[in-house]
Amino acid sequence: MITMLYAVLFYIATILLVVGVARRIWTYWNTPQPLKIVLTPAPTTRRGVVLRMVREVVLFETLFKSNKWIWLFGWMFHFGLLLVLLRHLRYFTQPIWWWVSLLQPIGIYAGFVMFAGLVGLLIRRIVVNRVRYISAPSDYLMLLLLLGIGFSGLMMKFVAHPDVVAIKAFFIGLMRFDIHPLPTDLPVLVHLGLVVTLMIIFPISKLMHAPGIFFAPSRTMVDNPREKRYVPASAKGQ
Amino acid sequence: MVELAIDNKISRTSVEDPLAPPCMTPGAMAGSKPYMAAPEHNIKLGFPGELPDDWKEKAIARMGYLAETNRAFKVYLDTCMKCGACTDKCHYYMGSGDPKNMPVARQDLLRGVYRRYFTFAGKYFPKLVGAVDLTKEVLDDWYSYYHQCSECRRCAVFCPIGIDTAEITMAARDILDHVGIGQKYSNEIIGKVMDVGNNLGLNPKALKATMADLEEDIEDETGVAVRIPVDEKGADILLITPSADFFAEPHIDGLIGYAKVFHEAGVSWTVSSYASEAANFGMFIGSEENMAVLCKRIQKAAIELGVKRIIFGECGHAWRVAYNFLNTLGGPFDFLDQDYPIPQHILEFTWGELQKGTLNIDKSRNDEYRLTYHDSCNVARASRMGDEPGGQFEIPRNVLKAVTNNYFEMPEGTTKEQTLCCGGGGGLLTDDLMDIRKKGASPRMHALKQVEEDHGVTHMVAICAICKTQFAKMMPEFGFERDSILSVHQLVSNALIMEGQVDEDDDEDDDMDDVPAMSGAPATGGSL
Ligand code: SF4
Ligand code: SF4
Repeated sequence: MITMLYAVLFYIATILLVVGVARRIWTYWNTPQPLKIVLTPAPTTRRGVVLRMVREVVLFETLFKSNKWIWLFGWMFHFGLLLVLLRHLRYFTQPIWWWVSLLQPIGIYAGFVMFAGLVGLLIRRIVVNRVRYISAPSDYLMLLLLLGIGFSGLMMKFVAHPDVVAIKAFFIGLMRFDIHPLPTDLPVLVHLGLVVTLMIIFPISKLMHAPGIFFAPSRTMVDNPREKRYVPASAKGQ
Repeated sequence: MVELAIDNKISRTSVEDPLAPPCMTPGAMAGSKPYMAAPEHNIKLGFPGELPDDWKEKAIARMGYLAETNRAFKVYLDTCMKCGACTDKCHYYMGSGDPKNMPVARQDLLRGVYRRYFTFAGKYFPKLVGAVDLTKEVLDDWYSYYHQCSECRRCAVFCPIGIDTAEITMAARDILDHVGIGQKYSNEIIGKVMDVGNNLGLNPKALKATMADLEEDIEDETGVAVRIPVDEKGADILLITPSADFFAEPHIDGLIGYAKVFHEAGVSWTVSSYASEAANFGMFIGSEENMAVLCKRIQKAAIELGVKRIIFGECGHAWRVAYNFLNTLGGPFDFLDQDYPIPQHILEFTWGELQKGTLNIDKSRNDEYRLTYHDSCNVARASRMGDEPGGQFEIPRNVLKAVTNNYFEMPEGTTKEQTLCCGGGGGLLTDDLMDIRKKGASPRMHALKQVEEDHGVTHMVAICAICKTQFAKMMPEFGFERDSILSVHQLVSNALIMEGQVDEDDDEDDDMDDVPAMSGAPATGGSL
């Protein structure tokens, strides 16, 4: 029963996530940018722009310039999360890719780093009056949701020890449309329930900043309006 | 966590830190509103004269239209993660403490409404995501706070995902205009350019007479017949300069500087009475249509006069429009000489001449000044000079250092891409917004105070007509002389010894340059 419920939820959530994000990206791509609004100084070549974006996405360069605390917590969270996600590939690959196994030991520390980053962000949101002022309930809930996912995950690793082989069988089964029973330990159900929630709200929430950063014209445009006449109709996807 | 507490720092201590966060005072600036445009001024720009009965539907429809046709608008509204990195970066927030002047809070005034009518979460769970209905009160808030943003883009420099509040402000003003709520200052001025060709409403005859007077003045002073041609067909260069250069102080000294540089470089040039304005307030109100009308005037003037090049005078937002938008909205410019940048900035031209050595410079003629340079926001963050990124910082400084001996930088974090707005940009340079102008100017003024204390700086130099006017007004408010703001080309003009130049009278020359030190002395009167 619970197995079926979670299976259905995961199918629905996956469809919503993929379709939702794809539609958003499709819209962004197809919305024209009427004028050149690059924020200068900026690269004068497309290659330069790509490099700038890579630095932004990997190092959070701008955030470092604006606020060291948000940078620290934000970077801890995002890179902790990245490693944790990569580590989770072990539940979806058979046999496990060699580099995913290599990540196994680091992945656990990453879980703590991610959790600490989230706690830092939450404290900041509550303590700094400017950030408190701009926060809506959803901003806190989003952090609590992520904290819940992290906490239940760490619980499983260090306290509850559910049957990971069965969990893996469930997910591999899901991918092959062949449903295997899901262990019903509470941390497992909480963890997966929260993940499903996150997947569903992702495309309709501020989490869209992840793809959105690649569509912010101030950063993604090339600074060359004098060299090359900018004509918006031909600038789709730029 | 110590720093977390510091973030909440209660009050600005003293001169030391121009960037200190203020004490947060909700509602402090709620009463700040510019005068509204009269119906005929709105209609002239293609907007309804006044608030229609179905204003709500109209406003929402316009918002939807912008979301479909303007990627920046759509992406910025969707993706802000409320990280707070921008919250302490706006000079109007630093100066006023009103939380709605924090860039993200300013965006949220519009984002709340957008969410309510255009997003799933906002339609079904408005409270959860801070979505709000569009009401008369919201509209009032928009009018107030979107006229407390100078579209300076300082916040955008610090946003990790590149959100530019200036774009949201422009969109908000555009929506307001589409429901008949226009700002008097900007809309009237755009109308004037359409009628007469410049912000001042100076007609061709008056313009020619003014320029002839100026030619006389220069000849009296230097003995050299420097020309300021108007509507001269067949000239090589069309100079488009803010009309403030034709009459205001210290702008006009800049214009004299351009004329002398052109004279010494031996090029033929002209201003146009039809396109006698570099400023384009269409940008301030976020109206591409109106911006295009003014850009097209420049193209028309260039064709009619048969020029080969276009050069822009010292102006901030005008250079943004010229550099980024002119080619798109007023182009193509395939009839111009493609060997030169289209358009070119006067500082690029002068720097080129200085490098070529065509200008005979005596730096010591500027020795009574101890100078610092104010990067104008639109030049710094929305344009370039020269071929390299950052040329917009280097070239003006190179020129200044080539014509003066005493140059000092203001504190880091207040210059170049992080420069602080003068407080009067983006259509706020009007007397009815004096309070917010002064509050917005205060961070820059504190930075100036600092170099005054550290290096004995006496004057600040700018390359923007709005900055110059704003600072001339603000200097006395902060204990400086009103004429402690200078044009870059004014200093070029001072240091330049033209061929055949005979300084009319050394004593009088001294008098003219005898500018009192900035602080201590009583403020002088006069108006712009
Ligand atoms: S664009 Fe400038 S004035 Fe407007 S919110 Fe950003 S920092 Fe403030
Ligand atoms: S810095 Fe950017 S993402 Fe962060 S709150 Fe400000 S506008 Fe939003």
